Order: sequence, then C-alpha cells, then structure tokens
Amino acid sequence: MSSLTHLDRLEAEAIHIMREVVTETEHPVMLYSVGKDSSVMLHLAQKAFYPSVPPFPLMHVDTTYKFREMIEFRNRRAEEVGMELIVHINQQGVEDGVGPFSHGSSFHTDVMKTQALKQSLDIHKFDAAFGGARRDEEKSRAKERIFSFRTAEHRWDPKNQRPEIWNVYNARKRQGESIRVFPLSNWTELDIWQYIRRENIEIPTLYFADERPVVDWNGVTIMVDDDRVPEDLRATVRTESVRFRTLGCYPLTGAVASTAKTLDEIIQETLLNTSSERQGRVIDSDQSASMEKKKQEGYF
Amino acid sequence: MRLNDDLIATDIAAYLEGHEQKSLLRFITCGSVDDGKSTLIGRLLYDSKMIYEDQLASLEADSKKVGTQGQDIDFALLVDGLAAEREQGITIDVAYRFFSTEKRKFIVADTPGHEQYTRNMATGASTADVAILLIDARRGILTQTRRHAFITYSLGIRRMVLAINKMDLVDYDKAVFDEIVADFYAFADELGPDLEIEPIPLSALKGDNITAPQGNTAWFEGPSLMEYLETVPVDDMRHDSPFRMPVQWVNRPNLDFRGFSGQIVNGSVKPGDRIKVLPSGKESQVERVVTMTGDLEEGVAGQSVTVTLTDEIDCSRGDVIASAESPPEVSDQFQIRVLWMSDDALLPGRKYIMKIGAKTARVTINAPKYAVNINTLTDEPARTLELNEFGVCTMALDEPIAFDPYTECREMGGFVIIDRITNNTVGLGLVDFALRRASNIHWQALEVDKNALAEQKGQKPVVLWFTGLSGSGKSTIANELQKMLFAKGRHTMVLDGDNVRHGLNRDLGFTDADRVENIRRVSHVAKLMADAGLIVLVSFISPFRSERQMARNMMDEGEFVEIFMDTPLAVAEDRDVKGLYKKARAGEIKNFTGIDSPYEVPKNAEVIIDTTRNTVEEGASEILAWLESKGVI
Repeated sequence: MSSLTHLDRLEAEAIHIMREVVTETEHPVMLYSVGKDSSVMLHLAQKAFYPSVPPFPLMHVDTTYKFREMIEFRNRRAEEVGMELIVHINQQGVEDGVGPFSHGSSFHTDVMKTQALKQSLDIHKFDAAFGGARRDEEKSRAKERIFSFRTAEHRWDPKNQRPEIWNVYNARKRQGESIRVFPLSNWTELDIWQYIRRENIEIPTLYFADERPVVDWNGVTIMVDDDRVPEDLRATVRTESVRFRTLGCYPLTGAVASTAKTLDEIIQETLLNTSSERQGRVIDSDQSASMEKKKQEGYF
Repeated sequence: MRLNDDLIATDIAAYLEGHEQKSLLRFITCGSVDDGKSTLIGRLLYDSKMIYEDQLASLEADSKKVGTQGQDIDFALLVDGLAAEREQGITIDVAYRFFSTEKRKFIVADTPGHEQYTRNMATGASTADVAILLIDARRGILTQTRRHAFITYSLGIRRMVLAINKMDLVDYDKAVFDEIVADFYAFADELGPDLEIEPIPLSALKGDNITAPQGNTAWFEGPSLMEYLETVPVDDMRHDSPFRMPVQWVNRPNLDFRGFSGQIVNGSVKPGDRIKVLPSGKESQVERVVTMTGDLEEGVAGQSVTVTLTDEIDCSRGDVIASAESPPEVSDQFQIRVLWMSDDALLPGRKYIMKIGAKTARVTINAPKYAVNINTLTDEPARTLELNEFGVCTMALDEPIAFDPYTECREMGGFVIIDRITNNTVGLGLVDFALRRASNIHWQALEVDKNALAEQKGQKPVVLWFTGLSGSGKSTIANELQKMLFAKGRHTMVLDGDNVRHGLNRDLGFTDADRVENIRRVSHVAKLMADAGLIVLVSFISPFRSERQMARNMMDEGEFVEIFMDTPLAVAEDRDVKGLYKKARAGEIKNFTGIDSPYEVPKNAEVIIDTTRNTVEEGASEILAWLESKGVI
C-alpha cells in the first residue's frame, strides 16, 4: 500500500475543511488575493468539488493600488475556473483620495483593506470566508484555529477560541457572527512552493525575476507600476532584475534583486534566502506583536 | 546554513523531487516550562535549520533582553506565542509548529502541562501520531507525567517517547536514567498492553541526543530523538482496517453525475468493491473513485475523494460508506468516555449536540458512572463532570448512527459535544461500545418496510390499547371487536394479559416493578405487530399512566389508541368472572389492582366505554365507529 506524502496529507486536509464549510455554513466566500497562497487555495477548491465548480464566489478586496498584472490575472483566472468574482473597493476611501503615497502605509491599509474587507462581508452577508493564511507566517498565527470566529464587529478574541479536536469542526454560530477559515493553516512556505511545482499551478509572473522599473521609497525598493508614483520619486527610476516574494499593493511590496526566472530557481532562492517571508511587507515591522493587534481589529 | 545547502545550490530539481516524497508526522510535546519543553522545541527548530537569519537575529536580541540563559541563546523564546502569554512566561493554549528534515515534515502540537490545561493537551493529542513525554531527570516520574501519559493514551496515542531531559544536571548518570525508565514501565502496564515506549536521555539545553548521539551518553544505544521521529511508522495501522468514509457532501454538478465526497478514514476502496451505506444498511457497488487529476485505481486512508456507486441509493451528508463485508455497528445508545472542556459543568439529562465525523445529532448524556481522577488514575463516584474532568457515562441519541469504537478508529468513534445555547464546544467523547446487545446486529435495509406490509393488507396499522380493572370487560369487548374487524377483512391480533403471562411473561409477578416490565414487553410486541401491518388489540389492566405513556411514545403518531373500560370497582367486583376479587379480599392474592394496588384512571383516553350502560356488541360497535370516523379503517 502506497503511503501518502506530506503534500498528499496537507491537500486532503484542506479539501476536507472546504467541504465542511460549504455544508455547515449558509453563505461562504473565498477571499482571493491573487498571490501564490490564494492560487493554491483556489486549486484546492477546484479539487475539493470536482466535477462541480466550487459552490461559492471569489472575492477580491481591491485597494486600487494592486499591481496591474494582479488585476488581469484575477479576472482571467476567475473566468477560466467559472466562479463568480466579486470585487470590492472602499468607495468612501476612493472619494477621500486615500492612498499610500499621500496617507502612509498603515492608514491606507486600514481604510482600503481592513475596513473594506469588513464592509464587503457585511454587504454580502457572508458568514464564512476562506483565507490563505498559514500558521508558520507569524507567531500569533501559530495559535489561531482553522475555524476562527469573529464577532458581529469582526473582532478576534484569542483568549476565547473553541478547541479544535481531531478534524471535527464546530461551525455553529449566532446570527451576525462569522468564521474565517484557513485551509492552509498547516502549510509552510516551502510546502506551498512544492505544491505549486507538483500540481503545475499558475502564479503571476511578478513572482519571477524580470527587468522592472523600480525606485526606493521608505527604505524599500518598489516597482513603478503606474504614474501615481509621485513625480519626484519617478525621477529616480532605474531598471533592475527583480521579483516579488509576496504580492499586495505595489507601493507597499518590496522587490528583491533576483535573477530567478523559473519555479525551481525561485524555490532555490527561497531556500537559500536568509530572511523570512513577511519581512518584505512594510506593515509588519512597526512593533512587536503588531500582527496580533491588527487581527484583533479585523485584519485578515 | 542548511543541512542540504550543497544540493539545493547545485541540483535544486533533485532536491525538490526528493522532498516531494517526504511523509508527515504529527506529534505532541507534554511537559511544563520547568521540564524544558519550549527549549526542546526551539532546539528541534534550530537544529533542523528552520530558523531564518532575521529570526535568529531577533532571537539573539530577545535572549539578552528577556532570556533566562545569560548570554546564550534562549531557545524557549522561539516558540513563544501570544503577547499576553509572553508576559506571564507560560504557554496557555495549543500552538502548532512546523519543521522538516530530509525525511519528514513535522507538525508539533505544543501544549501546556498543568492540570488546568488538560483540555488543551487532549486537543493537541487528538491529531498526534506520537507523544513526547518530557521528564526532568532530577525529579523522575511525577504525577503530571502519569497524567500526560493517561491523557495522550486515552486520546489514542500508542507510541510515546520518554524524553528524560536535563541529563546534564545529573552528570549523564545511566543509573538515574534506568531507574526512571523502570518506574515508567511499571506504571505503563496500568494503561494498556499496546503502548510502545521509547526512552531517550536528553539535554535540550546542551543538545545531547537531539539530532545525533553524544559522547556524554556513550552508554545509550538507542536512537536520538530526531532519528526516532524520522523513522517511527506513520498511519501504519489504519491501512489494513475495513473501508470507512463519512460522507461530507453529495456532489451533483448535473443530472448525469452523483458522487459522494469525503475523506477515507480507514482502509481502501476500489471500483467494484461492495459497500454498505450506514445507518440505512443499503448495499451497492463502487463505480468510480473520482479526483480532478483522474480516477484512482484505489483510494486509501487519508485521501479526500469522491465516490460514485452503481445504484441510485439514498445517501447523504452524515452517512458512512463502508465495506459491505465488515460494516460498522449502528446504534443510538452508547457507553462513552468524556473529557469535559467547559467552565459550565455537564448537565446530565440535558440535550446537547454531538458531531461525529460529518454527522450531527442530538444527544442526552447520563450522569457519570464514575470519574477518573487523572492524577491518581483511580475511579471515583461523580454526579457530573467539571472542566478538565474525565469520566465514563452512557448516552442516548435521537437517531441511530454508524460508529466504530474509538480505540479502533478515531474518526468513527470520536465526537465533540456542543452546547445548544452558546454553540461552544464543551467536551469531547470517545465511544467505547453500543449499549444494547441487539444493536450489534447490523441494521438491514428493509426493502419490504412497514408501509409495504400495511399496504399489502389494505389497512393502517394501529394499536388499540384496552385498559381497565379486572372484570371491566376489556377482553370480552376486544374479542367482539376482533370478530367485527375480521368480518370486514382486516388483519388483526389480540394480545391478552392472561395469555401473554402464560408464555412470554411467565417469569413476572405482580409487584410494581414486574407490572412495569410486563407492559414494556407487551408494548414492544405490539409495536412489532404494528410494524408487520396488523391491527393489534392489547387487553391489559395496565394500571399505571406512565407505562401507558411509554407504550404510546413507542408507536408512531396516531398509531396508539387508548380505550378506557370505565367500570366502577363495585360493578367489576360484583361481576368477578374469574373469582379473583374474592381471593384478593381473602388475602390470597397480593397486589391486586383495585384492592391493594392502585389503578390510575386515564386522563387522555381516545375512547371511553361505559360498560355499565352498553352491551358487549354496543361497546365494540362504538369503537368500530370511532375508528371509521378517524379514517383508521
């Protein structure tokens, strides 16, 4: 009898989780952020319900500062998979002209991402939302449950989590409460890459090195993806072979110098790399335990 | 800085292909801060090179700032979790850590060891293949060691590492190690015969026997901790067990496809296999084992698949598809072990919700038979179970479910208990066995069911329950009614108190307890006859309301008709057809209803016959008219 590999077991676990959610909640949605983890999550959803199309929509919280390629990739993938795509933008934020260059990274993220996410969940009355977060990303995630409950105000209470025993998930909740579900909880970054490789999962080309126009802003190298980059910054533009280890708002996503043009080269670089994944995200490094604080406030 | 940097640098493809074949081991570490648990986990992460340089830099900074190891690295800081806990210096939940080596990926459930966190340990143990019991070499086997072993063993872990830590503080003395091991073996016999124990002398702080043997313990011939974790078998037992798959979701993309999606928890499944759907018991054959990347020749335990069957049979979420040759049992009453996990104590008799596999049912848990003192492992009487208490109870469900004993299959015998009001998970339960022996008989799907049997006879089954004093005319009128029904072509049967007491119930007397049992048995016989589609006429004094209610509850809605033969005691005694009242008055018969045993007059009888004013024919006709008016016949 063939034994299952670690990727087989992780895959089977994620599929089991997704099937539980669609049967135990009324109105689930998959938060699709276009990154590599979302790509894996979408692939797993297709596997979980094949030959049916996954019985829930995809939702993207668009901060209006995402890389242009992410938007193209997002629209194309949703169509190929045949799932409904909901795009939510915080219109109030747009009207107020909120953006990272004018308002700073944390205000922009709060209004256009955290607040926008709460809005969209409220508007569509989703009672369960799949997210691609992993426990290995950050210390406070190590204790978060796979089924993570949020109050009607979207707050997470780390002291009051339900025990998760075996793979028997208690998804019962009161009116107004919702669940964030993390099917990739037990995956590590390396697992994600290996799975992408094994399953031949398509990811945006931003992950691969290419000659790109970049500038330095707030100590991070960012890509000039459109002309909203302030003019004085644009004056310093240079072309470098870079790639991105995570994808988000282009002004808030640090590019790393790289020549890795294939998946194997990326993985090679990742394995030999000496700083952990979230280091590239501007938002984490403010203060110790900052992620835990953000999550209590409703950040995914 | 990684073990395999060379291969990663020179031949990444070869490296990745090697790593795709890794297996996965989940283990739990049991111990307290004092035993060096966090240090051990930190050391495993560190030695398997799972720490990035930025993490290492912050670890070194933190070690100097808040560490307990002077200028050395404090590995415990690596596994710190939430901010509040960091301040208290203890971990208070279950945290999951990940690392991998050349051979395996590991998921570590890191749980606190104090008694008040028993539920956290049970949670961590529920998904673990192996437990590491941490022991301070200076202190030996403690109460908490026994508690940890008991909890992890109860949750189904059969492989334990006896990690005797801080050997550096006892000069790596073999005699100390041997004594602790001997102590533990003596205790382990109490747990069960199927426990595999691997004792290893360690120093998590100094790194002895973590990844490789050290000169300090040259006398030790066993594997290092890492060697053990890399080679211990995973999941080796469930593959040979009979096939089980709880159905999570019915997959119906179009009219041409109907599949059943679930994760195989035991055994394997191939196209052509005979299967049974439980609890209905319907049989079919596997047509395909479907996955997105193509049909499988064989699906094995652990895989999430979608199965199609050759027949269109009923099967929905919560059912179990299982091997037809060795299906699981089906029952609605069980003996269980319970670990209570809520601040609000178990309320025996109250309805809770249980979730077992993909099945949710309502359940009543009875008062514990006893609770296990998890420190002394002795049984103690208990009326309820408080937070972190472990006890043995019986429970009843409102519908039958398929199950296997927990010791045979975690997924088929383990369930969570949910409070209906708060929705919180308040306990976990482990099924030991079904209570009624009759339930061990596997349920057969009755193709010829009750409706079919009744239809064949062209009638509605009904139980006509005649109650009243001895001599009130029950049997006389029942017999007359049976004649009338027979004339109309109805299929009937009379159950008479005297007749049944000569056979089925001849072991019963006339005490209150025996009267109750008498009625219980007759009720069951009446139900079976009703299931056979018959009109059953039961003629029993049945003096107690509660037993008549019990009989009523047993039947389907509208199937039980209570007929009260309203005859005053004086009239019945005056008739005294069998001369029984005379004997009772003379004291020759004890416990005679109406004389020295009470008769409780029905409050809600459907039909009341006043036998002082009606003839036998009139009484029977009145009942017949009532039945016709209600559309029963």
